[in-house]
Amino acid sequence: MEKIKKLILSIVPDAVAEEAQYPTFTVDASKIRSVAEKLKEKGFDYLICLTGMDYGDSLGCIYHISSSTDKTSVIVLKTSTSDRQNPAIPSVHDIWASANLYEREVYDFFGITFIDHPDMRRLFLRQDWNGYPFRKDYDANPELNPVPMENQTIAEMENMPSITLKSDGTVIKKENALFEKGDYVVNIGPQHPATHGVLHLRVSLDGEIIKKVDPNFGYIHRGIEKMCESMTYPQMLHLTDRLDYLSGTMNRHAMCLCVEKAMGLEVPQRAQYVRCIFDELTRIASHLLGWGCMCMDMGSITAFIYGMRDREKIMDIFEETGGGRLMVNYSVIGGLAEDVHPNFVNRVKEFIPYMRKMIKEYHILFTGNPIAKGRMKDIGFLSKETAVSLGVTGPSGRASGFACDVRKIEPYAAYDKVQFEEVIREKGGTFDRYIIRLDEIEQSLRIIEQLIDKLPDDGFRAKVPAIIKLPAGEYYQRVENARGDFGVYIKSDGGKNPYRVKFRSPCMTLISALDPLCQKEKIADLIMIGASLDYVIPCADR
Amino acid sequence: MEVKNIKIKNMKTEDFNDNEYLEKYVEELKKGGVNVAVGVLDDLINWGRSNSVWPLTFATSCCGIEFMCVGAARTDFARFGWEVTRNSPRQADVVFVAGTIVHKMAPVLKRLYDQMAEPKYVLAVGSCAISGGPFKDSYHVVRGVNEVIPVDVYVPGCPPRPDAMLYGMMQMQRKMKLENFFKLPNKPTIPDTGKSEGENK
Amino acid sequence: MLELIGIRDWIHNSLTELISEDCSWVVSLIEYVLIGVAFLAVYAVLALILIYVERKVCAFFQCRLGPNRVGPWGLMQSIADMFKILLKEIIRINNTDQFLFKVAPFIVLVGSFCTFGALHFAKGIHGVDFNVGIFYILAISSLGVVGILLAGWASNNKYTLIGAMRCGAQLVSYELSAGLSLLTMVMLAGSMQLSEIINVQEKSWLLFQAPIPALIAFVIYLIAGHAETNRGPFDLPEAESELTAGYHTEYSGIQFGFFYLAEYLNMFIIAAIAATVFLGGWQPLQINAEWAEDFNNVMNYIPTWLWFFGKTFALVFLSLWVRWTFPRLRIDQLLKLEWKILMPISLFNMLLMAVWIIWIK
Repeated sequence: MEKIKKLILSIVPDAVAEEAQYPTFTVDASKIRSVAEKLKEKGFDYLICLTGMDYGDSLGCIYHISSSTDKTSVIVLKTSTSDRQNPAIPSVHDIWASANLYEREVYDFFGITFIDHPDMRRLFLRQDWNGYPFRKDYDANPELNPVPMENQTIAEMENMPSITLKSDGTVIKKENALFEKGDYVVNIGPQHPATHGVLHLRVSLDGEIIKKVDPNFGYIHRGIEKMCESMTYPQMLHLTDRLDYLSGTMNRHAMCLCVEKAMGLEVPQRAQYVRCIFDELTRIASHLLGWGCMCMDMGSITAFIYGMRDREKIMDIFEETGGGRLMVNYSVIGGLAEDVHPNFVNRVKEFIPYMRKMIKEYHILFTGNPIAKGRMKDIGFLSKETAVSLGVTGPSGRASGFACDVRKIEPYAAYDKVQFEEVIREKGGTFDRYIIRLDEIEQSLRIIEQLIDKLPDDGFRAKVPAIIKLPAGEYYQRVENARGDFGVYIKSDGGKNPYRVKFRSPCMTLISALDPLCQKEKIADLIMIGASLDYVIPCADR
Repeated sequence: MEVKNIKIKNMKTEDFNDNEYLEKYVEELKKGGVNVAVGVLDDLINWGRSNSVWPLTFATSCCGIEFMCVGAARTDFARFGWEVTRNSPRQADVVFVAGTIVHKMAPVLKRLYDQMAEPKYVLAVGSCAISGGPFKDSYHVVRGVNEVIPVDVYVPGCPPRPDAMLYGMMQMQRKMKLENFFKLPNKPTIPDTGKSEGENK
Repeated sequence: MLELIGIRDWIHNSLTELISEDCSWVVSLIEYVLIGVAFLAVYAVLALILIYVERKVCAFFQCRLGPNRVGPWGLMQSIADMFKILLKEIIRINNTDQFLFKVAPFIVLVGSFCTFGALHFAKGIHGVDFNVGIFYILAISSLGVVGILLAGWASNNKYTLIGAMRCGAQLVSYELSAGLSLLTMVMLAGSMQLSEIINVQEKSWLLFQAPIPALIAFVIYLIAGHAETNRGPFDLPEAESELTAGYHTEYSGIQFGFFYLAEYLNMFIIAAIAATVFLGGWQPLQINAEWAEDFNNVMNYIPTWLWFFGKTFALVFLSLWVRWTFPRLRIDQLLKLEWKILMPISLFNMLLMAVWIIWIK
């Protein structure tokens, strides 16, 4: 870490270094690019997340950067600009490809323009939205932004404004066209059976062959992060479940861990074990659904129903203990809402051999099917470099050889007490992304098997004050959810509400991988590749 | 048809909630008097319609997963003849608004509804579709789909269990069985939600 | 015996008795009308049955129950569907070619109905019996693709256009294998007339007369026929998860109902042709040996229409089985399968059949 500190200080002598959870450096906006370039050279090639921030007097960005080789080291860069009228920060989209969407998101929420970014459209909100909702001085009057009754025009969706700064300081504003003239553009979504939610893909085609994919977000943007700012910490938990509803338990776990870490709370072992078991069960359920949906998108509806059938077994376990099926609402700050149901252990033990048997059936039904094999062979390769640069994590990243399992990198809860294998495949093809999910189910079963017999008996919840206040500071917590590296960032000013909350969504980066993956493939493959990435739109839109 | 005569297999009229509401609806429909011959035809048509409701595959968020569960092996809505999910709104009879509707989505939903052929029905599934649910304070969420399209049945829950959706579907069947084909359509208009003008635009 | 030919003869005799010989054209006219009505009724009823069967079979493959609320075991389900779809609004869409848009579903329906008319349902029960029956069937069943292309074009929608183009490519390709494999069997039967083909199979079905080439032709015909019905792994023109509903995305109400109906009937027709040409049509199963005389008698006792529908529905079940198990092919794989695999095999198979007929038979 000292080396990094020296390196940054050598580029920017006036950088402010802090020792927080991660080493933090505050850099002037004009220097951010040179620091980023140097860091990239030193191996920091994975931009975990980019958070916009309204400090009151200034607007800024926070970059969480990690490396694909030295995975445990995370550094935080901060920069800000005091110009609230026309804030501008140099773009880093060519250094880390994932910054492309992140910067658009920050522009959408805070109005910070990124210089040299080729595509400064709003990401989530409509182009005609008034104001920047995440600024602290945003006027939330609904009359300013009434529910629209007309769709956006093509021009609004296709013209990409950009800002370039010349060396003599003059600003050039330009509008680029998204598609070439005469392109055959097909809208896939927002209502389409294969976008797994309400993603809107604009695809230009040459016959059946894809030339370009442009994802349009925001059809389920619910403003969860902004809502969190006016909520207490226990209230926020309910929204985390609804981000990525298929791995709700894990998202909630992340939020609990983050708050507990900030409070310095010791969580009983039993709670940690049970949380792990719940996480893994959720992961299995999510992978089953992901597997089923992928099969369905290839036209095999029976496989989908089989996946759903076995998922119901997990839903039963959840329902018995937590009371909910999809939204279990089980973890709370300090532990669990209630102790597990007396049947829980037996039910889970029955489930493990059943699931193992069923995985064999899936392989017989679908993996070995000649048509399925032919469809998935040699399609949609994602190289490791692209995966890292785009921030594609989770099963999809691991299928490309990017070892990014947070359970191994920063073990939380009981994950340091269990033996399991991080399934990694090298090629990064569609088949790898398909098979890795079924393999991960086996690993999850292994984890559950090790934990379920050893549940400690030290209570299920720690004592938690009635009003939870976090000490002022910034907290970041990563967990591995079913789709990848899920992160919670909380900035607290010491009150009972957070100052700013940011969720690092693994799904948004997965969607950004669609365009590079689908180049020159057929339209049928777009659907299949999309399904193999297994994104959940509300998680990306937040 | 009287409310108590509506036959739903394995469910008695008394077991349903909101019977009074339906009775009121029947009274309103009957104001002009009922022609016996036409009434029988009405019953036949309603029998056909209520037993063959093809939903549009439309889901925005969490409730969509439970909607999938309704179609899957355990709570199989094929039993009611609802399983022919159509991807094209032209061919669908009912739209399950499963999930939050946000500002950007509202015009899309409206267009989908406009594209559907009559008779069309709307089920608002989950608290988000009913009122905005946990997200009602957000700057970008529509507070209930009834601001955009008329709703026939509300299914509360966050998300509702598959059983709750089946119950909502049966309630909808009951409502369909009361309709008069040979009279002016008596579709519910956008109800007055009691909100201020600005919100209700 | 429960033969339908008895009913046919009885109607004919009583009509000729009732009406004097001078006006025999009246008899013919009445009979034509009756036959037309009967065909329409059978066509509609078969579609309803097929829809029900498909939904129930699919449910059982997927560990579900399928329709069971409307009527006993959900038997009335398709009738309810029919009522619904008849009364559904037909949406008039702006910016489309109104004439072509309206005429397309009819062409599809007419194509399948004309083929339906040429089938032999039981001994003596058939609409027309051309001496070029097979040729007629091949020609008229390809009429449907015109309707589909028109539907895709006239809808003025990108999904429908892609769906229609896929359908065109698919049908033109698979028509070849289907035709070649049928021609192979025509060589064996020595006639193109369907009644003649059925008669040839009195002692033993064509599939057993030349086991190797006939089996190859049978399998190829099933694959190609399956592809022609746009179902199962070959449902690219509709490709629910890619093109929303393919070429009929913009159709609603009964216009969509026509496509729906034709799709199911085409499945039946393909199975029926396969049953007729390969499995002896309405001919009962016979074993050509002395010890099997009793067995043959028992088989002969089963009415011929039951044989025909039994064989056809067995093949329909096979088609459903394939449909609900396999994922969908991609368009290039689909065309590769036809042009690089099925076509060469069919051509070779034709040669093999010729050799078989000359030297072995």
